[in-house]
Amino acid sequence: MKSYPTVEVRDLHVRRGGRLVLPGISLEVAPGRVTGLLGPSGSGKTTLMRAIVGVQIVESGEVTVLGRSAGAPELRRRVGYVTQEASVYGDLTVRENLGYFGRILRALPGRVEEALATVALEERADQIVRTLSGGERSRVSLATALLGHPDLLVLDEPTVGLDPVLRRDLWRTFHDLADGGTTLLVSSHVMDEAERCDDLVLLRDGQVVATGSPDELRRRTGREDLEEAFLVLAEAS
Amino acid sequence: MTLRITLATAARVLRQVRRDRRTLALVLLVPPLLMTLFRYVFDGQPETFDRVGPPLVGIFPFVSLFLVASIAMLRERTTGTLERLMSMPLAKLDLLLGYAIAFALLAVAQASLTAAVSFGLLGLDSTGPVWLVVVLAVANAVLGMALGLFLSAFAQTEFQAVQFMPAFVLPQVLLAGLLVPRDKMAPLLELISYAMPLTYAYDALARATADELGRRLTIDVVLICAFIVLSLVLGATTLRRRTA
Repeated sequence: MKSYPTVEVRDLHVRRGGRLVLPGISLEVAPGRVTGLLGPSGSGKTTLMRAIVGVQIVESGEVTVLGRSAGAPELRRRVGYVTQEASVYGDLTVRENLGYFGRILRALPGRVEEALATVALEERADQIVRTLSGGERSRVSLATALLGHPDLLVLDEPTVGLDPVLRRDLWRTFHDLADGGTTLLVSSHVMDEAERCDDLVLLRDGQVVATGSPDELRRRTGREDLEEAFLVLAEAS
Repeated sequence: MTLRITLATAARVLRQVRRDRRTLALVLLVPPLLMTLFRYVFDGQPETFDRVGPPLVGIFPFVSLFLVASIAMLRERTTGTLERLMSMPLAKLDLLLGYAIAFALLAVAQASLTAAVSFGLLGLDSTGPVWLVVVLAVANAVLGMALGLFLSAFAQTEFQAVQFMPAFVLPQVLLAGLLVPRDKMAPLLELISYAMPLTYAYDALARATADELGRRLTIDVVLICAFIVLSLVLGATTLRRRTA
């Protein structure tokens, strides 16, 4: 059985603030895998993610998610999106935030505790979000996206500022989710995170430089280090 | 629209208000304190206090909820929570009505307290029923809130949003007939006052106080409700699922 891509982007043009951030990009994201979207800051990662989630005004091109046009109302329950800034209410507790978003997503009551455990925030559950550290706040944001059991999770730099142990744990969680059938698209500007992805999309100046698994990219470039592989690929393109 | 989500939103907004003790205290205590101030400013002219007092009881909620709502919505925009909500299965009306319910409850508390202090302690007199003044005050609060939610879309910062109060609310207070009867103003201003929601809010309050519970009061109330619906609809158009 052929598996259709969870996300299909065709010739996408997006202009932000007068600048053509995505000048006609095309790519696919395979289902049930962790795909890393890697590239330097300003390469268009966030814009691409916003277009996939359907919150970005696009100039032209097609974005298909789970067989529907990106941003379709039916997708609002099936796509989870975590922005770089923790988009949660700073004046509520962690549990109150999750409780509210859970009601919107029709999450079962036990789901809040599960999501808290996934991001290791049980002990902070009754703390006001504003008083948490930056890393903790972004975990609250991630937990929120997990509430609705989305089929596609789009995570914009979810591990920035986290301690190494937690970072490793979160990547494990991402793979557990993928094993359970969830598709994950995770952006990062740190190359050492590339290693942890099943597939990679290397982005530069709004263009796809290369795609493939970490091993494929190594084989193609003959470089062991993925950062060097990226350089080879970027210079060749 | 889903009742479950609307009520969850109202509960969330109320919880945020309750957390912010200082704002809550300001919203509840400033109107009664200002009424007390008015009472003693007009110490030698009790008839003036009796004329402007009751409408003021109903206009304070309009002003304070306008401010609270515009800042609250601006914050939803700037912290990214609005974008998150818009990417979720939440209808725009769920959000707006959730706010309306939460702030209406806040207005009930504010208007009741202001009325209790004014009519009870300060000896303010109303020929008409006091409960009607309170009901109209709550309607005005919802009106102010709906206008605030809508206009906040045009503010990029809290500085700008705060300036909308003198820019949009004060002229309405001046034109409503509170200080000078509308037919004594320059004809052009009188004409403009017909387009202002607060004109009808003030007129309704003045009639309720004078016990003129007739057709004109009904028309005022219908118009207030129409302005509330119009503002909410306009507010809904400013909530965008997709942004640039």
